[in-house]
Amino acid sequence: MLLNICLYLLVLSNFLLLGTSRVAQMTKYTALQGFLLAALLFDFGHSVLTVAVLVIKGLVLPGLLWHTLAKMPKDSLICPHRLVALDVIAGMAGLAFAIWLDARLGSDLTFNLFPKLFLPLGLTTLFCGLILIIGRVKAITQVIGYLAAENGIFLLGMPLMTQGTTWFELALLLDVFVAVFVMGIAINRISDSFASMDVDRFRSLRD
Amino acid sequence: MIGIYLLNLLLALLLAPLLLGIINRVKAWIAGRHGKPLLQTYYDLAKLCQKSEVISPTCGLFFRLAPALQLTVAVAALALLPLGGQASPLRFTGDFLLAAYLLGLGRFALILAALDTGSSFEGMGASREATFSALAEPIFFLAISVLTSLHLDLGQTQDQAFSLSLLFGGQSAGAWLSGKYELLLLPVVFFLLLLVENCRIPVDDPTTHLELTMIHEVMILDHSGPNLALILYAQALKLWFFASLVAGLLVPDLGLASSLLWIAVIFLVACAIGLVEASMARLPLKRVTTFLGGAGAMAALVLIFSQMR
Amino acid sequence: MLIAILALPIVTGLIMLFFGRALLCRLLLPVTAFCHTLLTAAIAWQVAHGQKPSALAGMLAPDALGVLFLAIASVLFLAVSFYTVSYLREEERIGIHTNILLDHGQFTNQPERRFAAFLCFFLASMSLVTITPHMGVQWVSVEATTLSSAPLIYFHRHKSSLEATWKYLIICSVGIALALLGNILLSVAFYSPKAPADAGFDQVAWFIAHAKNANPTWLKAAFVFLVVGYGTKMGLAPLHNWLPDAHSQAPSLVSALLSGALLNCAMLGLLRGHQIMQAAQLGEMSSQMLIFFGLFSLVTAAVFIVGQGHYKRLLAYSSVEHMGILALGIGVGGLACQGAMLHAVVHSLTKCLLFLLSGNILARYHTYSSYDVRGLRWTMPFTGSLWLAGFFAIAGSPPFGLFVSEMLIFKGLLAQGYVWLAISYLVLLAIIFVGLSVACLRMVQGNRPLDMPKSPREPVLSVLPPLVLAICVLGLGLCVPDALWHFLVRAASLIG
Repeated sequence: MLLNICLYLLVLSNFLLLGTSRVAQMTKYTALQGFLLAALLFDFGHSVLTVAVLVIKGLVLPGLLWHTLAKMPKDSLICPHRLVALDVIAGMAGLAFAIWLDARLGSDLTFNLFPKLFLPLGLTTLFCGLILIIGRVKAITQVIGYLAAENGIFLLGMPLMTQGTTWFELALLLDVFVAVFVMGIAINRISDSFASMDVDRFRSLRD
Repeated sequence: MIGIYLLNLLLALLLAPLLLGIINRVKAWIAGRHGKPLLQTYYDLAKLCQKSEVISPTCGLFFRLAPALQLTVAVAALALLPLGGQASPLRFTGDFLLAAYLLGLGRFALILAALDTGSSFEGMGASREATFSALAEPIFFLAISVLTSLHLDLGQTQDQAFSLSLLFGGQSAGAWLSGKYELLLLPVVFFLLLLVENCRIPVDDPTTHLELTMIHEVMILDHSGPNLALILYAQALKLWFFASLVAGLLVPDLGLASSLLWIAVIFLVACAIGLVEASMARLPLKRVTTFLGGAGAMAALVLIFSQMR
Repeated sequence: MLIAILALPIVTGLIMLFFGRALLCRLLLPVTAFCHTLLTAAIAWQVAHGQKPSALAGMLAPDALGVLFLAIASVLFLAVSFYTVSYLREEERIGIHTNILLDHGQFTNQPERRFAAFLCFFLASMSLVTITPHMGVQWVSVEATTLSSAPLIYFHRHKSSLEATWKYLIICSVGIALALLGNILLSVAFYSPKAPADAGFDQVAWFIAHAKNANPTWLKAAFVFLVVGYGTKMGLAPLHNWLPDAHSQAPSLVSALLSGALLNCAMLGLLRGHQIMQAAQLGEMSSQMLIFFGLFSLVTAAVFIVGQGHYKRLLAYSSVEHMGILALGIGVGGLACQGAMLHAVVHSLTKCLLFLLSGNILARYHTYSSYDVRGLRWTMPFTGSLWLAGFFAIAGSPPFGLFVSEMLIFKGLLAQGYVWLAISYLVLLAIIFVGLSVACLRMVQGNRPLDMPKSPREPVLSVLPPLVLAICVLGLGLCVPDALWHFLVRAASLIG
């Protein structure tokens, strides 16, 4: 029950992420995804990880993004609507592809390991993250996309977690945390020296 | 059973103008005003019926016919719905097509009437109305097709699954209650369609005073007297129609009790419209397509999900 | 000893970060590098004599392959650390710099202690990549290399380097995330509901031992993601976009480390996947993928090297080329694989040498364009002659080491019956040779610009490390020591 509701909400949060043009709103959905992952972990019975994911993915990382946003000029935080529409369509295609892939790859092996819907939804989350990275022009949406993609991969790894691998998951979380931290610093620098967060302006390096 | 259905239809015909009053009161309440009386629409209708009518000499036959036609099709479409959870006596396979195109016919009549006046403002409103309804229609059918495919999966025969009476008759609510949570998105889709089809904020602003920004209101600028009353009433019925679609998806089949629940949900929908109107601004015309696209995306999402199992 | 090799750079890095006077940093860096090399030599000696050093309950347990890459990283770091001393001294003297690529904005460097500290962290994370047999730990440490080297690329705080840093961060992070997915799929392939066995830390060996029972579909999917993920970091075309930007904007000594050491470390992740695929009788598929990516990288490099005017980008594309050659050699296997191991060693040494020299040239000429750098042999005789030698080495002409290794790979290709592949390999190498030598000869020859002083003093520490590296490359071209060759063969035998 909890598992199913969380999975549905997760897919919904993906499409909300793809469908909003306001960056501030997107950080909230990122936090929502963190909470959902924590709830799923709780359902699987990993208490330590639940707390860690809740704190890092649900609170600290969105907080970090929020903190970064607060320093930006407000009008730079809206993505072009045309891109948003394209992203949603691409997300749909990603979802359909993930379902197709699930049907292709599905075997007794996966049915034992992954609960129903788990595999396609994890892949969809990954795709949505990648779409955000490619499809939006802002540096910060790329970080949000990275987080979403990472969430999807984390989701796929969830059924494989045992008590013995907790240390690895914690190391993974730490890695993601440091990555977002470093990216946050870089975004601050970018907005300082380019007076904008659009990656479109990155044109000086090419052949 | 037909008696209960007729009672429900009567209630719909009687209570429909009340929805507009509820919307206004909710808006006023949020804005901290007292607002118009709840029954204001009834007063307006009564007042308009007593007034004489002024018709421009350039107008033709269509201008006179359109309001009556619109009211007729609205009543007819309403009579195809399973009001109060009771199957409609008029049901047949594929009646959702008839309902959709009856509403389309009413819109067509109104657009022709607007063009008939020869005013550039009204022509502009008509073109916008035509554009948005053309965009809304595929989404309506997409959402319906999700429902039919669901009911086919649930083991209904082809005959039943293509009838509004089954699709909105409480079975769908039973399905999401038993774990198909993705179906909960469909009421949202129909709610968005309601906002578009009934010209509410954020698509159109029914209270605006600038002709340039109007869509629906500008089309009926030249109507007056009893004809305007017909249009107003037809509009209220159309609102009841779409609110019923939402209610039909949310209320499970509980026998007689579902009739009461059904009406309660319709009033709740009216409150929700009020909340939306109070909290949102009108979208720029260009963004309305994005808004509709969002509704379409949701419907597609449900379709993909329900096909996945 | 294994713990020390990780702890040493971390501790010195922390010391530099918190108590770092400039002088202390410049003193500590070569000392750390030297100790690290000594420790590496000791580990290599142990492994070469058949012992199996292990620490932290098996989390650190290098095999021959890992030690080979550890040794490359350590030696390069040693060379770079001496160069860094003179480089930092020079940078401090100048103070405020001008961005010569874009808008001529003024900028200052990052604090020296931060730079030196992150160099140490970078070394530590690369060491961890090479000495762990656990795919998960390896993944974490590859990501750590990205994060610790990003501040290094942004040493010059100007727009262009910021752009390069951002591309590097995003592209590599996402790529590595896909590699994590590959790891997860790998675990799925080995999952069995009856006995969810605990692989322990020595995952690679466990996977290889149980490869027969793995699900082939999932294993293939896992390998595809591993190739995409680690291939991005390794700079295989068409996933190489970050590489020329990052290499051209980073300080030259960082480029040297990125190109010579980091790319190899990323390749190690790929090789682990290849090992497992071979054990599962799917070596055919993984070999073909490696060959495809290798050839594609060679073609891409050939296209971009010809007519390339930016000499640091030229070197970067040459790295793409050599990563392609490595992938090709490993994919073909047999003799070509042994050749590829030798190639990894020699390419790292040569590329490090060239990047260090490009730093000298950039400091003197203040331009990235190979058209504007003229008359190197008059203005900088040492750097100029080493530059010429290095270019001939990297292009694969005798008597340098790369000639030997490229020849071995060629022989391996023919021995395995890939005739057309061998021919296209030769043609592409020839095109690249022409493209490289045109640019290099143009820089070395010609009249010196009038505003350049004639043969002025060159700091000893800025030419000594390249000189030593050049001697090594030449030596490896003349004769490969038996001990080294045996070691390379052992490493190659792990990956077929």
